[in-house]
Amino acid sequence: MSIQDVSPCVKCYIMEVQPNETLTNLKAESDTLKTKLEDERAKLHDVELHQVAEKVDGLGQFIMKTRRTLKGHGNKVLCMDWCKDKRRIVSSSQVSVWIIVTFSEEHAVTMPCTWVMACAYAPSGCAVACGGLDNKCSVYPLSLDKNENLAAKKKSVAMHTNYLSACSFTNSDMQILTSSGDGTCALWDVESGQLLQSFHGHAADVLCLDLAPSETGNTFVSGGCDKKANVWDMRSGQCIQSFETHESDINSVRYYPSGDAFASGSDDATCRLYDLRADREVAIYSKESIIFGASSVDFSLSGRLLFGGYNDYTINVWDVLKGTRVSILFGHENRVSTLRLSPDGTAFCSGSWDHTLRVRWAALIGIHIFGTRGTVV
Amino acid sequence: MRSVSAANIQPRSMEDVIARMQDEKNGIPIRTVKSFLSKIPSVFSGSDIVQWMIKNLNIEDQVEALHLGTLMAAHGYFFPISDHVLTLKDDGTFYRFQTPYFWPSNCWEPENTDYAVYLCKRTMQNKARLELADYEAESLARLQRAFARKWEFIFMQAEAQAKVDKKRDKIERKILDSQERAFWDVHRPVPGCVNTTEVDIKKSSRMKNPHKTRKSVYGPQNDVLTSFQKFTKYCFPLLFQITYWGGQLDRHRLKMSKVAESLLAYTELYVEYDPFITPTDPSNPWITDDTTVWELEASKEPGQQRVKRWAFGINEVLKDQVGREQFLKFLESEFSSENLRFWLAVQEVKKRPIREVPTRVQEIWQEFLASGAPSAINVDSKSYDKTTQNVKDPGRYAFEDAQDHIFKLMKSDSYSRFIRSSAYQELLQAKKKVRSSKP
Repeated sequence: MSIQDVSPCVKCYIMEVQPNETLTNLKAESDTLKTKLEDERAKLHDVELHQVAEKVDGLGQFIMKTRRTLKGHGNKVLCMDWCKDKRRIVSSSQVSVWIIVTFSEEHAVTMPCTWVMACAYAPSGCAVACGGLDNKCSVYPLSLDKNENLAAKKKSVAMHTNYLSACSFTNSDMQILTSSGDGTCALWDVESGQLLQSFHGHAADVLCLDLAPSETGNTFVSGGCDKKANVWDMRSGQCIQSFETHESDINSVRYYPSGDAFASGSDDATCRLYDLRADREVAIYSKESIIFGASSVDFSLSGRLLFGGYNDYTINVWDVLKGTRVSILFGHENRVSTLRLSPDGTAFCSGSWDHTLRVRWAALIGIHIFGTRGTVV
Repeated sequence: MRSVSAANIQPRSMEDVIARMQDEKNGIPIRTVKSFLSKIPSVFSGSDIVQWMIKNLNIEDQVEALHLGTLMAAHGYFFPISDHVLTLKDDGTFYRFQTPYFWPSNCWEPENTDYAVYLCKRTMQNKARLELADYEAESLARLQRAFARKWEFIFMQAEAQAKVDKKRDKIERKILDSQERAFWDVHRPVPGCVNTTEVDIKKSSRMKNPHKTRKSVYGPQNDVLTSFQKFTKYCFPLLFQITYWGGQLDRHRLKMSKVAESLLAYTELYVEYDPFITPTDPSNPWITDDTTVWELEASKEPGQQRVKRWAFGINEVLKDQVGREQFLKFLESEFSSENLRFWLAVQEVKKRPIREVPTRVQEIWQEFLASGAPSAINVDSKSYDKTTQNVKDPGRYAFEDAQDHIFKLMKSDSYSRFIRSSAYQELLQAKKKVRSSKP
């Protein structure tokens, strides 16, 4: 965006008026617009989501059991991602990156790296990407040879000027989307390391991102320490929608499966649902007893359930439509740092500072409304 | 002890809860208990805490109250007076509040020398209850080796502190000693206990360098800027904001009621595919170890449930490989497959390395859009002109407009025909027949 794109009346200010006066006038114009925008949004707020959801059956009790507890890391687990084959995961910790076949627990491949805060599996299953305090995102091609030294084939793709907080392949092994503590997101060509597009607009560290699930979609959402969640057009680099209702850092964002909405988890101890068509926050998931930040969120396949991993070592499961908590899962002995549903929604994996990853399945036992607790596991 | 002054993100809310717990009217009743020969000042029981939490924090049950309470103890806001391990028990165990001086929000980062002084001081006190625990004795031994050279200095400090402590009132001493011990239980926890002072490294680097965070337009200015620099630094973000918000005003928004109905409808449609709500057929591999459901999905023969999903919307057909193949097969039988093939080709280009893009773009142009193209597609003239321009300087999004146009056509025309076609209906019925023929 350049000075040419700016409205004429604003340009006048710059040309003719003194700096301080301009600043005051600009601020006034900005505030007026903001209020106008909030009014427009509020006009369409004719009902609450949970009110409309009263006609939907309540979810009953859930059994959730841990199918696998993976202890190999020996250090705080910081991030994980599922492979499209629904069986393997890549996970990273303070000292290493692991690729584990979780279903049959056959073998794990490990690479020593330091402070890997982000990792992702390529759609083909033939590579993983990771990075962190090295300010880079590197891609490691995987091979069938279990003994191969993976680190040798490492390829640096992304270069930021601060830590890498999140990375994701697009629907191809050839592009990676990254977010960084330097306040930007960027899209990279894996083969050449070329920067395809950069995304500026956050006023502080960007902590998370998620690509829209649509086949035709070219958008993604990011969340940052500026408390904003921004939706971006990957083609132009423009921020097309922005939401600012959280009271603290947004640690995690995830699209609702239809792509029309997304959820966020924040240090303000709440998770929230934002709808892109209504252009506003449409639900808050919070409780008086939850006073620690949510570090990671993900939806079940139908979007009815929202799983949140929290810094108080628990996982809270929310009924997205009714706004109530359906289940609370204990088991981890330190912060839950990462949480993802498997690609077909049959299980979910949580990683924690207690050095473990847990893969859990869940089953609903009846649609009777008992209360809001599931079984403690 | 050095205190790092910066806003610590977490404890604010715990402190809100503590403030309520300490409220004179509605808080936890604190009392002095008479024990054998002496008094235990300023305590309350674990059960008192649990009951208070259930009543005042809308907590449904004891397990949750214990979990939250244990966390608050582990962070050092209250502590068991007779144990180094900071947990909450729902019984008569006595607890005491920590003094605000020692709260985590003061961002203590106590040094090992401070810990050494503290442990040394403890050995100078003759009370049995103040004897060092095994792990403390080990720590002290390690510290003595590490600080061998300055041990005399450490010893002197310990002596000085012990002298001051002796002069204090007995009751006051009991309380202060316990609070100081609890402080060290947080910063030098019992081996095996979680160290709650550990901070997320992404946040800690900001805490230590607050000036690195970009401040709001009206934040304090630390740097010396020229008048022009100040002007651009503060005006430009505002200009962006104004232009952005101005553009947003015209955005078309849906009413909440409509949006809510849409979310409900989507969830209802997909709930039968959600393994957490509807049991997977035949079974969830994670529960039974039986991977049939995964094998079926990988096979070329789509199950009825899967085929049914293709009717939910064109995206379902396009994202399922078998769905795409069937859709393409159907269109080929009608000799109208060029639209889908174009769409798929453009998707494919976007997935390739940037190096390959120019060539691929030319290939697609020749195949689908150039005059005399073998698989000519029909796009509106506006899209066609734009595409002609784009192809001269080919990027990944050269065919974006054309692709959008074709997608809309497919959605409204080819896709609906496909779903109504006998080919699709047969697939939908196919598995049913197979199942009913099984014994």
